Amino acid sequence: MSKPRVIPGFGLSLGFTVTYLSLIILIPLAALFVKAGGLGPAEWWRILSAPRVLAAAKLTFGASAAAATVSAVVGLLVTWVLVRYRFPGRRVLDAMVDLPFALPTAVAGITLTSIYAPNGWIGQYLAGWGIQGAYSPFGVFIALTFIGFPFVVRTVQPVMEDLGPELEEAAATLGAGRWTVFWRVILPALLPAIITGFTLAFARAIGEYGSVIFISGNLPMKTEILPLLIVSQLEQYKYRDAAVIAAGMLMVSFALLFLINLLQRRLNWHKR
Amino acid sequence: MSHRSATTESAPVRWLLITLALLVLSLFLFLPLLAVFVEALRRGTDVFFAALHSPAALSAVQLTLTAAAVSVPLNTVFGVAAAWAVTKHQFRGRALLLSLIDLPFAVSPVIAGLVWVLLFGAQGWFGPWLAEHDIQIIFELPGIILATVFVTFPFVARELIPLMEAQGSDQELAAVTLGASGWQMFRRITLPNIKWGLLYGVLLCNARAMGEFGAVSVVSGHIRGKTNTLPLHIEVLYNEYQFSAAFACATLLGLLALFTLGLKTAVEQITHQRANRRT
Repeated sequence: MSKPRVIPGFGLSLGFTVTYLSLIILIPLAALFVKAGGLGPAEWWRILSAPRVLAAAKLTFGASAAAATVSAVVGLLVTWVLVRYRFPGRRVLDAMVDLPFALPTAVAGITLTSIYAPNGWIGQYLAGWGIQGAYSPFGVFIALTFIGFPFVVRTVQPVMEDLGPELEEAAATLGAGRWTVFWRVILPALLPAIITGFTLAFARAIGEYGSVIFISGNLPMKTEILPLLIVSQLEQYKYRDAAVIAAGMLMVSFALLFLINLLQRRLNWHKR
Repeated sequence: MSHRSATTESAPVRWLLITLALLVLSLFLFLPLLAVFVEALRRGTDVFFAALHSPAALSAVQLTLTAAAVSVPLNTVFGVAAAWAVTKHQFRGRALLLSLIDLPFAVSPVIAGLVWVLLFGAQGWFGPWLAEHDIQIIFELPGIILATVFVTFPFVARELIPLMEAQGSDQELAAVTLGASGWQMFRRITLPNIKWGLLYGVLLCNARAMGEFGAVSVVSGHIRGKTNTLPLHIEVLYNEYQFSAAFACATLLGLLALFTLGLKTAVEQITHQRANRRT
């Protein structure tokens, strides 16, 4: 770059940033991949194709996808109401949306378990309908939805606030009903933000540990999630197995985020 | 209301949607929060205060405070430096740096603990060297701090970067033109501009640091009264079926969460009023 830098501190701040980032994040993650990568494909296959790992992976990705989908719908509803309508208590509600971010996961875990346990406030009604809340895959889904839906609200909210009334007015002038306007005008404009929120919720759900392990019951093959499986491998001193499962999980998460980024770019490009 | 009737819904639909959202949020947010306090006080205030006064709980609080006191300042300095580098300057690889800063968000807390075990654990790369020199990192305070730093890494930076990007560099450029030194410019121009965002970033980082469970659980030895942080102490109590005691300790973290949210709302209101006054 030929332009001289006017604002000082570039070398110092960038140098510190890169050094700290390397020491805290990049080198430790690289160590994980080196450890896992040193094992060879046969060993990888042996570890990852174990039935217990496959069952945990199915539950983790399945429940995360379901939770992120429900988060997207619920998040859109909540955002809509918060942005478009005025009613008493709106500010409090808006602030409370961040509760799952601020509430420690262990606290969320034991609280959700107590509510959705068969004798809990909600669990007893679910039990009446024959649904088991806590200690089941459904419990995992509940915890992951709790963790995920603020991501959708917080990514969609600013976009919805910036959405001017002009397009809607134009559509209404041309004779479109509210429902048509929502489907054909508003939703397409919000879609990139909804997808981003969905992805953030999904990525967070895949790695979530604290809020899930209390409510899931942790039965191997049934309600065991991947992060818990890593912990149990560690407790048995199977460091290599733990490293391979972790590396596999990270690769899937990174690939997902990358794919969604591509999709996002295409959607935005299309809009222009 | 600024929208005309053509661009909003009929009153019944509006109230239906509001009711639905309220219902979902009460079931999802208010009920869990309420449950923490109800469960904590279920067996009376004596049990509640006894749980908070137990030596194990006190040492857990102390450890949690210590870990946060080290990791939050570290990540605050990083956050300011990173935001400064990324928003006040253009350079190659800026986009890459931005995504790398976000990287820890996509890493499971369990993996954030695991990486340190693989580096510094008995079987880890530096394990033998550390053992020779009689340095213990895993199952001790340094490991807990490293895990916390990893997990809370992006919080301050994430809060500052959009804020500083929106503010631009005009005021800093003016200060430099008028002969201010780098430090003067930072202290007199930048810091006052970003102080509320910075405060909120620090609080968020702190809330996460004090509440972190997965990463700390992996690197802590779960030694009661020694390497149990507050969230780990809650887990131990819960697994021993001491539910009231577990929830009593959980109220501390619940109050911390509420405090953080309250301050966030206040900060937003202040910055909002400022923005209104300026225009």
